[in-house]
Amino acid sequence: MKILVCPLNGPRPILEFAYGGEVRRSPDPDTCSDAEWSAYVFNRSGSPGLKYEWWCHIASGYWFVALRDTARDVVVATYTADRVRLGLPAPAAAQGGAP
Amino acid sequence: MMHRLDAHPDEWIDRKAEISFQFEGREYRGFGGDTISSALAAAGVPYLARSFKYHRPRHILSFANHDSNTLFQVDGVPNVRGDVTLLREGMRVSALNTFGGLTADKARILDRLGRWLPVGFYYKAFHSKRWFPRWERLFRRLTGLGTVSLDAERQTSPKRYGFCDVLVVGGGPSGLSAALQAAAAGAKVTLVEESFRLGGSGAALPEAELGEMRGLVEAVNRSSIEVCCATVAAACYADHWVALVDEKRMTKMRAKAVVLAPGVIEQPAVFRNNDLPGVMLASAARRLLLRHRVAPGRRVVMVAANWEAYLACTELKAQGVDIAAIVDLRSAETAGHEASACAAAGIEVLFGHAPYEAVAGASGAVAALDVAPLQGPGAVDVAQRRRLACDAVLMSVGWAAAANLLLQAGGSVRFSRELQQFVPSGLPAGVFAAGRLNGVYDFRSRVADGARAGSAAAMHAGCRAAAAPAGAVAAQARRPSHPFPIVDHPSAKNFVDFDEDLQVKDLEDAAQEGFDSSELLKRYSTVGMGPSQGKHSNMAALRILARYLDLEPGDLGLTTSRPMYHPVPLKLLAGRSFNAERRTPLDADHESLGAVWMPAGNWRRPEYYAVPGESRAQSIEAEVRAVREGVGLIDVGTLGKIEIYGPQAALFLDRAYAGKFSSLKAGMTRYGLMLDESGVVIDDGVVARLGPETFYFTTTTGGSATVFRELLRLNALWGLECALVNVTGHRAAFNFAGPSSREALQPLTDVDLGEEAFPFLGVRCGRLAGAPCRLMRVGFVGELGYEIHVAAGDAVTVWRALHAAGLPRGLRPFGVEAQRVLRLEKGHLIVGQDTDGLTDPFEANAAWAVNMQKPFFVGQRSLKILQARGPRQVLVGIELPDSSRRPRESHLLIDRGAIAGRITSVAHSRTLDKVIGLAMLSPELARAGGAIEIRGDHGDMIAARIVPTPFYDPSNARQRIPARVAAP
Repeated sequence: MKILVCPLNGPRPILEFAYGGEVRRSPDPDTCSDAEWSAYVFNRSGSPGLKYEWWCHIASGYWFVALRDTARDVVVATYTADRVRLGLPAPAAAQGGAP
Repeated sequence: MMHRLDAHPDEWIDRKAEISFQFEGREYRGFGGDTISSALAAAGVPYLARSFKYHRPRHILSFANHDSNTLFQVDGVPNVRGDVTLLREGMRVSALNTFGGLTADKARILDRLGRWLPVGFYYKAFHSKRWFPRWERLFRRLTGLGTVSLDAERQTSPKRYGFCDVLVVGGGPSGLSAALQAAAAGAKVTLVEESFRLGGSGAALPEAELGEMRGLVEAVNRSSIEVCCATVAAACYADHWVALVDEKRMTKMRAKAVVLAPGVIEQPAVFRNNDLPGVMLASAARRLLLRHRVAPGRRVVMVAANWEAYLACTELKAQGVDIAAIVDLRSAETAGHEASACAAAGIEVLFGHAPYEAVAGASGAVAALDVAPLQGPGAVDVAQRRRLACDAVLMSVGWAAAANLLLQAGGSVRFSRELQQFVPSGLPAGVFAAGRLNGVYDFRSRVADGARAGSAAAMHAGCRAAAAPAGAVAAQARRPSHPFPIVDHPSAKNFVDFDEDLQVKDLEDAAQEGFDSSELLKRYSTVGMGPSQGKHSNMAALRILARYLDLEPGDLGLTTSRPMYHPVPLKLLAGRSFNAERRTPLDADHESLGAVWMPAGNWRRPEYYAVPGESRAQSIEAEVRAVREGVGLIDVGTLGKIEIYGPQAALFLDRAYAGKFSSLKAGMTRYGLMLDESGVVIDDGVVARLGPETFYFTTTTGGSATVFRELLRLNALWGLECALVNVTGHRAAFNFAGPSSREALQPLTDVDLGEEAFPFLGVRCGRLAGAPCRLMRVGFVGELGYEIHVAAGDAVTVWRALHAAGLPRGLRPFGVEAQRVLRLEKGHLIVGQDTDGLTDPFEANAAWAVNMQKPFFVGQRSLKILQARGPRQVLVGIELPDSSRRPRESHLLIDRGAIAGRITSVAHSRTLDKVIGLAMLSPELARAGGAIEIRGDHGDMIAARIVPTPFYDPSNARQRIPARVAAP
């Protein structure tokens, strides 16, 4: 069982967390084509690498974003959820600058 | 023959505590501190087991819990490990896998049939369809270890969680030293040792070093280090959680850093009949001697390829055991000073010789060893062979690194030609190796290597007092392992794998048949796949394969054992069976009313209330009738219940749900449908507006946790000014419904229930039976009714008050089954039953609950595409005359021989006197009045008609009954 460091609750066993999928930017629903929208809804990239992911600490109901290297299964950095709206750094930059 | 020696101050047995036990029906006696194997060995039992395939007699091989020769059935429990299981008074022990007992085993004939049991036998034999059933019957009878008792007592083994800074695996010199060093640096240390006591494997040590070892053990015992003996570190998982398995339980140990000092596992020499009783590893003989005072025999031949063989011989000789000869595979020049000392003491040493064949005596145990000069890898000069009479053969020809945990942790190894051993070449962060695993064999070097690893681990764990670790300790200068301690024999039976009875030629045949990589060889021949997981066979198999391919073992690589690498009783993995089940505050009341329970999500809910003298169907019917004609009461407290507050609460709901809630007036409710991004219906509920910035809404029972979680995510993503609170467990809820509900309820509450004061779909707050409550006039069951929400603490009072008020009007509490019939009569769908993972609102006939004019809601963009495409299926009502042939849920609808849809809900409605149901159907067939056929359980066709829904009270008149004369 892995340990995940929650930005609010600190290190907790992975059992206490729920995975919410990759953080993905939706195309503008008002202007995108049907094909673009369908690709957003149904297609996921399974290629290993650095991915932003939604994670929820279940007991506290706290959602945050983890940058995870899915090839190594290592969480590189975590961010508060508002960063999804405000902008997340490019994965490579985030890894380089992680404390 | 093995026998017990006189008492010694260092022995692990208590001679005052005599223990009697049975083996194969005969009485034996042992001492306190004896294990099953040591007691049987001391008693001179000629053999303890039969081998898995050929049913050859077997005795102790490793005496370290590493081989499968000494597995027993004990008091009904199979596969008990005799090397490490302490003797208990009255124990009834028997051998595994025998037909007619250990001595008379009928299957021993298989030993002569080896020629017809080639490697890969299963693959070669089982492909014929004609023969497969016969083989299967035969092999199910012949194979397997132990007998599972079907009436065994249920045992639960709760798991334990452990935490430490530094976990040290292995209680030998390097492990002890690592633990002490880490503890001195301030780390919280746990030390795990496989055997009963600290002090290592019992490897031969000179007297001075033994004294230092005792000093280390005493220092550990005096320290704060948590010591777990008789515990196996059986697996290493992510982030340094290591499974520690003892007799009673599994501990999930979470360490900040791990020191692996598991040492090395002694390997048998491979020669003909190397499995005879009396042929054992030198380390096994030493453990038996030092701990249990059991001598391996009276006249011993030692097969040697390292210095420890000589130390062991000196020790045995000192105990009065006669050494017939030392057969050293090496030349005289490479053997060290220990060899000269033995020769000087009068022991015959045959350099450059190898064992060719062990010879069995009358008892089946070894009686002599044929040896011959070694000529090359695997070859001896048979012409010059010589027979050495003996009653025991000990083997000290080399070791294999216990690298299993290291590999599981993500480390890598390389093969050292100098040491003839795999050594770590890459270590994952926080994992440190020490001792003989690193190829460090000399006692003081092991202590230094352990200290280095302990320091590094404490530093990794964040202990500030940790001293900077010293540099790497040099590996052994002399070669501890022979490069090819394997001798060919034309008549084979030179065993590589004792678990699976694999011989040298089996592995060569497998390689010849094309299975010539270590992974393929393992799977095809099953080498290393038995209970000992290759601890004694993987190295030899690798060497045989390397010789066949003319490569080095290092070119082939080790296979990584899966966790657990050591067999673990399933009960320890299962732990305690723990199914969290939620109960509403009314659980006891339901029970006393005769509730028959069913699971709903993780709740338990009454399916119906059993009444003496009524069948299940009659009870459900009566519950339905009570709601239609009088009043019924159901506990709906399992619904998810969420409150949302804030200036943008309405906007949040508009975006999260398909309907529009910003236009909802305070004091009113509206049905809410929740979609996912692809426009599929995932949940529904009722949204009540309590004020301009306050809403209270429900979710389905099964979806409450996930829906709340997703709403929290959307709130975090959107950043609107609102906050959500999950009050599912805080609030209880009932539905009080039926034509008499209003008159029964009014006397209990200060809320005016008049039709105008409290219209259909309204919500009111007030008091009920003294408790603060929220009342909602909603109509899931299709009658005048009130959904009543109160604090969980008030649930029992309010329920009992409602129950009492309803009784004079024919009240019955009703369960989930009656509710399903009632809602079906109204044509209300259940998300997840009448919809599936592809159903959109248009298909579910719920377009009325979707507001496409809103600027945005989850799933809206997909719905636009789906709306343009048109539905692929639609939810329709079907009805059948009340006949005996009743369709069931998931039965297929058939139109002119082709599948046209399926039934999602079906029930017999006594109210309407027919069978009604909902079905998903192709849109072109979904015309009211159309005929359709249903294929029943046995392929019989049942005629049905498509009808509009609701089946019952289509105008909803019954939910809007004007108030009668107000109750007094």
